[in-house]
Amino acid sequence: MRLGIDVGGTNTDAVLICDKKVLASTKQPTSEDIAGGIIAAIQQVATDAGITYSEIKAVMIGTTQFTNAFVERKRLDRVAAIRLCLPASQSLPPFSDWPSDLLEAIDARYYLSAGGYEYNGEQISPLDTGDLENIASDLKKRDIHSVAISSVFAPVQSEMEERAAEILKRYNPNLAITLSKDIGRIGLLERENAAIMNASLASHAKKVVASFKKALLALGISAPFYLTQNDGTLMQAEQVAQFPILTFSSGPTNSMRGAAWLSGINSGLVVDIGGTTSDIGALLNGYPRESSVSVDIGGVRTNFRMPDVLALGVGGGSLVAKTGQVGPKSVGHELLSAAKVFGGETLTASDVAVASGRARFGNKERLSDICPTLIEQALVSIQEQLEEGVDRMKTQAGELPVILVGGGSILLGDVLEGASDIVRPPHFAVANAVGAAIAQVGGEVDKVYGYASTPREEAIADAKAKAISSAFEAGASEDSIAIIDIEEVPLAYLPNGAVRVRVKAVGDLADQAVSEGQNENS
Amino acid sequence: MKIRKQDLEPIAEGAAFLGTGGGGDPYIGRLVAEALFERYGEPEMIEASELDDDANVYISAMMGAPTVLVEKIIGGPELDLAISALEKYTGRQADAILPAEMGGCNSMLPLAVAAMRGLPVINADGMGRAFPELQMVSFNVHGVSASPMSMANEHGESIIINARDSHETENKARQLIIGMGGSAAISCYPMSGAKVKQTAIPGTLSLAKGIGESLSQGRKQNKPIDNLVDYLAGTKYYSQARRLFSGKIESISNRVEGGFTLGECHIRGIGEKSQQILTVEFQNENLIARLDGQLIAMVPDLICLVDTDTGTPITTEALKYGQRLCVIAANVPPIMRSEKALNIWGPRAFGYDFDFTPIEKL
Repeated sequence: MRLGIDVGGTNTDAVLICDKKVLASTKQPTSEDIAGGIIAAIQQVATDAGITYSEIKAVMIGTTQFTNAFVERKRLDRVAAIRLCLPASQSLPPFSDWPSDLLEAIDARYYLSAGGYEYNGEQISPLDTGDLENIASDLKKRDIHSVAISSVFAPVQSEMEERAAEILKRYNPNLAITLSKDIGRIGLLERENAAIMNASLASHAKKVVASFKKALLALGISAPFYLTQNDGTLMQAEQVAQFPILTFSSGPTNSMRGAAWLSGINSGLVVDIGGTTSDIGALLNGYPRESSVSVDIGGVRTNFRMPDVLALGVGGGSLVAKTGQVGPKSVGHELLSAAKVFGGETLTASDVAVASGRARFGNKERLSDICPTLIEQALVSIQEQLEEGVDRMKTQAGELPVILVGGGSILLGDVLEGASDIVRPPHFAVANAVGAAIAQVGGEVDKVYGYASTPREEAIADAKAKAISSAFEAGASEDSIAIIDIEEVPLAYLPNGAVRVRVKAVGDLADQAVSEGQNENS
Repeated sequence: MKIRKQDLEPIAEGAAFLGTGGGGDPYIGRLVAEALFERYGEPEMIEASELDDDANVYISAMMGAPTVLVEKIIGGPELDLAISALEKYTGRQADAILPAEMGGCNSMLPLAVAAMRGLPVINADGMGRAFPELQMVSFNVHGVSASPMSMANEHGESIIINARDSHETENKARQLIIGMGGSAAISCYPMSGAKVKQTAIPGTLSLAKGIGESLSQGRKQNKPIDNLVDYLAGTKYYSQARRLFSGKIESISNRVEGGFTLGECHIRGIGEKSQQILTVEFQNENLIARLDGQLIAMVPDLICLVDTDTGTPITTEALKYGQRLCVIAANVPPIMRSEKALNIWGPRAFGYDFDFTPIEKL
């Protein structure tokens, strides 16, 4: 039996899943200390399902804590960025184009040092050990405990970042260090930005993990717990403290994975309609399609792997203008007091849904003075915006199944142009927590092979084997591991046909917890 | 007139428009220029007509793979060295900096080096837009050679190329660029003030700024595209600017070949025009537009794809199925449509078997 928990900014959701069935689900307000909300949610589902805590074999938590902390500039560590690049890339130092309030919040400081690589893996210049030792002692003097290290072309060759980290650790073994190669792709500024973001969350991540642990211990749950990552796979609690940034968009990922699991549809589009926005994502083989462009988080440009999500300004709380235009402004959290059907004075998309008969809540009589033409226009506005959004998220013409989730999904009727089918799965309100509960474990390999010396088939086979063994080490059960992604990027201009090969494998978590689920599979 | 730090964003957006799909993302270039403006002050922009005839003018640009530029960022020292290497070779100190093209990073880097050197930048360039190769500039059209040309990298290394003509300079430079780490700062087409007056395309820097500003002002009134077209149509040289078509991308086919993105995109009309298809053919830059098979605009006239809602210019590599966009076309100044110029960048120079016809006659 698995327990999936989604800790959002407003609600903490929990679901219990056993034998591929949802046993119980709940929504509780998120508490200030986080732990309180988690405990309340767990107690509720356990009671509803009539189980004892010892039956829970694994706990999977999805959270937006770290994203929120970064966006709100709260609880961030002071960070120093060290870039290995000299004499190149001097004109644009780390923290270029960062918002000033954020620079202040993390007391931004940077050091440029010798090192880095050319596109072909040759050194720009050798690492300057003496300079790094000076930096290390300066960090100590300034009482800085969190560091991001980047180097030019680290995705091609990462050795210098690793060596620099070793040198710094010698001076301060407790230093929290993030290496850019672990986080981002080609694009020095964006990758470095992501590494700095991660470094700024180091202490907060430790605290959050500790409070999760505390909540579970308080209930006497001794099962291992995991956090879900952007790519829909699990990360062990200890790892989270090192890579909090990898949870940044686990929210939309979990919602899409949950929608896929609940509906049984593995390829299609997911439309998650909330209070303020509708988030549209694409599912490929049960996993969200990744974004290929830079993503702005809290005013900072980054390029780490995130699901490709299109946010439209249409939600249950969207304002309806006199023209019938719905959104993008919204009453947001105040829906339950501001909307007409709830006694307020603002005409919202939810009122339109009630007036049209698509939804039944609140006091419909309060809408009797609204002109039917306006309602009609508003419905058309909602329909057109969502249809356009759905079309934009496709990669080619043709119809795809659409899975509707989120509390605002009542806004939409049963027809959507471009949809072969509209599915509203059960438990759609807690799709996030379901997505967390069903998360798998993954292993990834990212390596440059010379196809001239190692033939392509041999190289791919080697990368696959390494990815599988890394998924196994991460805790996947051997027979469930499958390769889900192979990417080959030829490195231009290279004489020996060098190709960067990235392979990703995932499998079900191998422990007592999911043995029931696996038995069912076999 | 000074170019202010806050002008960089509109210039970059205007250059992205004039880049007609090519030129790449100016983001890194803009940040480099901002950083150098802050450090060295804002540069002066002068008209070509203000130059002394015997003034020494140098081009500043970067050349090479965009993927290298986003890792090993070309900055002030490299750009500066490329110019000083050429100064040393010719024995003439630079009096002003001239941009080579309006598109991508190369619209920004000349401003950065002008700030660093305390030199004026000339309100003109050699393309009035973006083209993929070094010899596709008005200077070459009118007999100025790209050689001697310099190349510089972050190690303080520089190379001088002295090839027999501009095309050969391009060929030699492309080979040497690999040894320079895949990208390098360059300077080329060293020329006198008199030559600049004869050969450069005037007013393109302020044009880029005007385009960027018309878009951002238009966004405030919710009509960026109307504002942009009105602005262009009100200028001396781009008076035939027009909205060709609005629709959504129905399909794209492209392939990468020898460093170029080649292909075409099909845009289906909306509403009563939903039976019409506009096809844009590109080789990095948008070259040809056909409406239901009929030619309606061609290179060197500008064919630009912008987002229907925001007016934001869309580069060739960012085109995606389902995008809503508007196709805007504009004529180019007469200097770019002369017979000599069309030999270098008319439809035949890109492999088409027809001659140039101006948009106002199509």
